[in-house]
Amino acid sequence: MVACRAIGILSRFSAFRILRSRGYICRNFTGSSALLTRTHINYGVKGDVAVVRINSPNSKVNTLSKELHSEFSEVMNEIWASDQIRSAVLISSKPGCFIAGADINMLAACKTLQEVTQLSQEAQRIVEKLEKSTKPIVAAINGSCLGGGLEVAISCQYRIATKDRKTVLGTPEVLLGALPGAGGTQRLPKMVGVPAALDMMLTGRSIRADRAKKMGLVDQLVEPLGPGLKPPEERTIEYLEEVAITFAKGLADKKISPKRDKGLVEKLTAYAMTIPFVRQQVYKKVEEKVRKQTKGLYPAPLKIIDVVKTGIEQGSDAGYLCESQKFGELVMTKESKALMGLYHGQVLCKKNKFGAPQKDVKHLAILGAGLMGAGIAQVSVDKGLKTILKDATLTALDRGQQQVFKGLNDKVKKKALTSFERDSIFSNLTGQLDYQGFEKADMVIEAVFEDLSLKHRVLKEVEAVIPDHCIFASNTSALPISEIAAVSKRPEKCFPSREGMLSGSSPAFSDLLAFGSPCQVIGMHYFSPVDKMQLLEIITTEKTSKDTSASAVAVGLKQGKVIIVVKDGPGFYTTRCLAPMMSEVIRILQEGVDPKKLDSLTTSFGFPVGAATLVDEVGVDVAKHVAEDLGKVFGERFGGGNPELLTQMVSKGFLGRKSGKGFYIYQEGVKRKDLNSDMDSILASLKLPPKSEVSSDEDIQFRLVTRFVNEAVMCLQEGILATPAEGDIGAVFGLGFPPCLGGPFRFVDLYGAQKIVDRLKKYEAAYGKQFTPCQLLADHANSPNKKFYQ
Amino acid sequence: MTILTYPFKNLPTASKWALRFSIRPLSCSSQLRAAPVFVFKLYLKAVQTKTKKTLAKPNIRNVVVVDGVRTPFLLSGTSYKDLMPHDLARAALTGLLHRTSVPKEVVDYIIFGTVIQEVKTSNVAREAALGAGFSDKTPAHTVTMACISANQAMTTGVGLIASGQCDVIVAGGVELMSDVPIRHSRKMRKLMLDLNKAKSMGQRLSLISKFRFNFLAPELPAVSEFSTSETMGHSADRLAAAFAVSRLEQDEYALRSHSLAKKAQDEGLLSDVVPFKVPGKDTVTKDNGIRPSSLEQMAKLKPAFIKPYGTVTAANSSFLTDGASAMLIMAEEKALAMGYKPKAYLRDFMYVSQDPKDQLLLGPTYATPKVLEKAGLTMNDIDAFEFHEAFSGQILANFKAMDSDWFAENYMGRKTKVGLPPLEKFNNWGGSLSLGHPFGATGCRLVMAAANRLRKEGGQYGLVAACAAGGQGHAMIVEAYPK
Repeated sequence: MVACRAIGILSRFSAFRILRSRGYICRNFTGSSALLTRTHINYGVKGDVAVVRINSPNSKVNTLSKELHSEFSEVMNEIWASDQIRSAVLISSKPGCFIAGADINMLAACKTLQEVTQLSQEAQRIVEKLEKSTKPIVAAINGSCLGGGLEVAISCQYRIATKDRKTVLGTPEVLLGALPGAGGTQRLPKMVGVPAALDMMLTGRSIRADRAKKMGLVDQLVEPLGPGLKPPEERTIEYLEEVAITFAKGLADKKISPKRDKGLVEKLTAYAMTIPFVRQQVYKKVEEKVRKQTKGLYPAPLKIIDVVKTGIEQGSDAGYLCESQKFGELVMTKESKALMGLYHGQVLCKKNKFGAPQKDVKHLAILGAGLMGAGIAQVSVDKGLKTILKDATLTALDRGQQQVFKGLNDKVKKKALTSFERDSIFSNLTGQLDYQGFEKADMVIEAVFEDLSLKHRVLKEVEAVIPDHCIFASNTSALPISEIAAVSKRPEKCFPSREGMLSGSSPAFSDLLAFGSPCQVIGMHYFSPVDKMQLLEIITTEKTSKDTSASAVAVGLKQGKVIIVVKDGPGFYTTRCLAPMMSEVIRILQEGVDPKKLDSLTTSFGFPVGAATLVDEVGVDVAKHVAEDLGKVFGERFGGGNPELLTQMVSKGFLGRKSGKGFYIYQEGVKRKDLNSDMDSILASLKLPPKSEVSSDEDIQFRLVTRFVNEAVMCLQEGILATPAEGDIGAVFGLGFPPCLGGPFRFVDLYGAQKIVDRLKKYEAAYGKQFTPCQLLADHANSPNKKFYQ
Repeated sequence: MTILTYPFKNLPTASKWALRFSIRPLSCSSQLRAAPVFVFKLYLKAVQTKTKKTLAKPNIRNVVVVDGVRTPFLLSGTSYKDLMPHDLARAALTGLLHRTSVPKEVVDYIIFGTVIQEVKTSNVAREAALGAGFSDKTPAHTVTMACISANQAMTTGVGLIASGQCDVIVAGGVELMSDVPIRHSRKMRKLMLDLNKAKSMGQRLSLISKFRFNFLAPELPAVSEFSTSETMGHSADRLAAAFAVSRLEQDEYALRSHSLAKKAQDEGLLSDVVPFKVPGKDTVTKDNGIRPSSLEQMAKLKPAFIKPYGTVTAANSSFLTDGASAMLIMAEEKALAMGYKPKAYLRDFMYVSQDPKDQLLLGPTYATPKVLEKAGLTMNDIDAFEFHEAFSGQILANFKAMDSDWFAENYMGRKTKVGLPPLEKFNNWGGSLSLGHPFGATGCRLVMAAANRLRKEGGQYGLVAACAAGGQGHAMIVEAYPK
């Protein structure tokens, strides 16, 4: 489970949290002329309160588009001009979304820095008008209020939010490599204080309504309602509107003050921030932290600090100007393009391209209660799937059940769940040692040890007890699914429908071929720790039926995964890309580079985990296993480092973190990692002379990355991957490929195929075939117009 | 006879009913039933009953309420504040003995409901019965089902009688909110328990060294729903909002409850109240929470739960109450043999439960149609409605739910709405809002109010319904005993 045992550390990296939130930023307020009829906004007057309802047509979310902007300005002008109206409420008619930001494509369409800056300045003007409104405006927030949506909300005089799980406020721009460009960098610090504002803008985290109330980001909360005379969601919005109207009236009558009582801590913080010396210290501290975390790879966070600082030290006018300029600069960066690309890819990988399965999976069974099995169980039960967790021994089962409980209990500690919810979720899990209840299972996921004969035995046992419709999914990181499926009773009558599906031809075509009983064996490659890693790699064989794939994707989506679907083959996609890079890691170590130095080279390139640490985390034995398996299949191309290194480490018991020793020494409760000095003799015995022409720091970094990228492109060339987007998502979310590079394919596009091929050729000259650029990459290098993303 | 005036459409399952009607008379215990039964047989298929059939079932014993009493219900922290729950329960029991003169030794079993349990008297039924001088050979147990605990006590008794296990049951309930068990924190309790087990001075000292001051923070009995952590008032406010019940409507309803209770009290209709000489204090003779106010006054109150814009206030909610009730339930033949003139039959009953978060207080809406269907009655057959009033907003939300086709279709799996109970038959002598609501004791008050109203106002059927924490609900048909 190479890729795959990998690493909670990946998710600890803040920028890696990329885009979990729903909507997106970047407003495209422009001054285009008004439309004749209003399609985005409907507005009515209740008494002396204008109610402005936003409802973008044909979309689940409201985004700040050109049309919306012009309608909004028009409506607001009417409201300001009317004598009859004394206050206004701004609300969305969509359940689950206030304003989710703006269409990211609008920004992508901008050709020049000036264009983007202009967009920002126009947006700034609009919200400034809101802020200076003499008639109080109440923002009534239900659902996501992100990016530009939040900037609109905080420029209103009062904010009321529903205390719903779906109601989140945040400035996720940083996750797209940008900054809040509609005055957010200037207003937020005033509203919630500099430290809290910086935290929001630098992490992009989404803030739930109750927390927002405590921070002073919203003024009142409204509880979501249950069923009444109308569907709950509908009535909740109506109720929110009613409450907002009473507050709007109160504000207009001056019965309610928009000013908020600040708590003691808040007052003290605010006071401290008036002292220039303290402010300088805060900036310094935050900058230091940001530099340490981003390693200079992400420009947005530093610019955000810069803009906030400018606003506070030189006044709002300078702040707004700085904000719009820096916004323009950031949007034009490669990093921003890479991150936005990932966002698009993620949206794509959250869809089921096989359509809805014929039968919903309601009963799931998992074989093997190890780290993976229990992890899969956890993400299944908390979505309401009835799940059986089966293992062979009580000890293993106990450990697995405890892991699930602990995972849920940690959420209770973070107040994401109540203890009652935890208990009721946990009751979806049945731990057992036998096959009782498997006759009802709709899907079985095996997560037993990576051993073909064991997997065969398990498959035979399970097929004896499961119903005909039940899908057998194998969680494996390297064993080809077709080999696992070879002993299945059921695949004989399968048909080759996959080509049709993946090449994007109409589903009707594959349906046409659906005679006989299709194959129900599929690969579902999860990444450890399952509850933290977002990726799921689904592997279909030639014989896997379309409905089986649809079911597997549906289950994965239910479990909250981003899903890439790849073709069967040794190492599939993720493991296959990682293997040559790992081989290079071994060679680099053999050439005498210190593991610590190697780690710092890889992390400074943008990988969340250093390469040597990665081997330790994955497990040296697992790495050896995969290296041997794939080495056999792919031969010289996967060579480079001497696998003997891993063999010797395994024989000495240096299995990585799990055995306490690998390249490093791991001790319970000790954070600092020391090098394992016993490794010196092993490394010395296998020492290779470094080749000076390809051993600069940069060369070492590129030797690793180019092998990764070359293999990824080869996967696309061979049809293992269906799209470059899936390749990028798989590499970033599963293997920790630097998000700032946007994934291997985006990297080729942005960095230039020619430059990568040049590098590869240079290394090929030194080391041989392992670096031979694949045909597809060479094609891209030869015709500069060719891009993976058009 | 008014039977012909009811339209056919009110009788959805005529043939099924016809079958039932034709069977019932066989087991009819009273001579008085004979004539109407004859009429039924004639008009069987086309008519809807208004009155005059009985709900007796073949081969099942009829269960009657001989009589029931309660202590005056008092605001907590007033005259009962120094008592313990079993003292109050004892007062109800002795009151019942006095009222009915039942020989103590004929009582087969005693059941009491209670919600917040005093840990010293966790089986409060037994402690109270012993103190009240019941035979020590009469077993007693305590049940709990939140606000329908007394209902559970009664229906448990009904079951024991109907199944032939017992003939005479005393059922009741008690709640003393003036005193609630406040515990040491779990950490402190653990420390104290471990200290108890420690064998050496060394062990003790090492345990004591683990003591932290925050261990002393007390643990209060939960005021909120365990599953959702939401307080009931908060849920009631959300419920009222979900059904768009306004503050004014709620205040008006609360005012109605207080006014009617005052009137009933002044006219001496609350005959189930027995005086209670509180040790060291004056004799308490009447409920003290009835306070008719004015809408203007009520409008001044601030919301109690959802601040600052909610609609549930102290004035339109039931208040924390101390009180106890008790009731003598018998098999009909036993009562008649002992020379009693029972007040009412206890007929079909129904427990329901639903989502404890968003439908916490909708029990009556769900239970009412079910119990009516079970009994073969319609809303029109009911002469006296006695619903537990937890909050004005809750009663009005239930009304709106019962009056909504949309709600019936989408949440109750019914084709049409339940229908609205006519207000002129509804809680005519006040309700929990005004009389008070000692959680464990309210059920018996509801049944006695229904029985007494049927006797006083005429009419045959009463419907009792209540909601309870945990999203549960209860309804029961009370049939007047023929005079």
